[in-house]
Amino acid sequence: MINLKYFYRGFAAIKGVGSPALALGASFIAIGALLKNIGFTMQQSIFSTFLTYALPGSLVMAESMLIGASLINIFFAVWLVNARLYPMTVSLMPLLMHKTQPKWKYYLSCHFIAVSSWLIMKDSYEKVEKENRIDFWIGIGVATWTVAIISTIIGYISSDFLNKDILIGLAIINPIYFTCMMLGAMQTIKISLSIILGTILGPAFFFVSQEWCILFGGITAGTIAFIFGEISGK
Amino acid sequence: MANNIILVILVTSLATYLSRFLGVISSQKIKENSKIFRWFNCLAYSTLAALIARMLIFPSGLLSEVSYLIRIVIIIFSIVIFYSTDKNLVYPTIFSAIMLALFSSYL
Repeated sequence: MINLKYFYRGFAAIKGVGSPALALGASFIAIGALLKNIGFTMQQSIFSTFLTYALPGSLVMAESMLIGASLINIFFAVWLVNARLYPMTVSLMPLLMHKTQPKWKYYLSCHFIAVSSWLIMKDSYEKVEKENRIDFWIGIGVATWTVAIISTIIGYISSDFLNKDILIGLAIINPIYFTCMMLGAMQTIKISLSIILGTILGPAFFFVSQEWCILFGGITAGTIAFIFGEISGK
Repeated sequence: MANNIILVILVTSLATYLSRFLGVISSQKIKENSKIFRWFNCLAYSTLAALIARMLIFPSGLLSEVSYLIRIVIIIFSIVIFYSTDKNLVYPTIFSAIMLALFSSYL
């Protein structure tokens, strides 16, 4: 069903120095503490990370609850901030699809698509033959997902010991970690341009629409980078 | 409240899974060497960059309580550390957290 050799290889990708596990863990410790502060039980916090596993979405959920937003509003707010998962999935799954593999693996394992797992996979898929990539990917996904769930529990339990200064420190880990991972991914002109333009246009579109700035800025930046890359042949 | 929280979690996870699920459906018709794949690859990196830049420049929650200047200094230092440690991810992230916690407790 799942080739364990490749699963374990994927799972092991989070070990070692320079691994994303630490930064990923720190981010979800902050989420665990945050969820406790807004009145979640331990089980509800675990359930939340287990089912959502996308940090910006969980943050939006928490903020929306604090201002008493309706379920419809929460749905749209989360969908908007997590809509980036659509291009992320479309730019990953074709690399993993193979006719010998059953479809359910793709529908189940797409749940593991999040920034850290996606960047690890994009960085290492070429080292694995195409027919085994999905099992390798499930290994990476289960590993990062497990780190997120365990960290949520640690954050929940230790929230009484985490003062505001520590929580502010934890809050910056996630964007700094993503920034560094993106810088590491800047290996072609097309990707570098996508990242640089996205960094400029995302915040620039904030002045047009706070809700839509990530999508508008991202789509504009990515399209310009794509056209430029295609024309220049890089 | 308890029922409400469960509903909120389910709605959040549904809104999140929707994009991943639709992504898998679209992927079945997309070849990895096609133009549309290359376009989506650019879109994935650019929307991620837009999201991260927004989180750092217009943060919500706790980070919004830290001044622009401090945030920018920490971002620049973290990037310098990242490049000077052979692209290690652990050092810059730990540095940023400690620096920010110290800044916010003493300033």
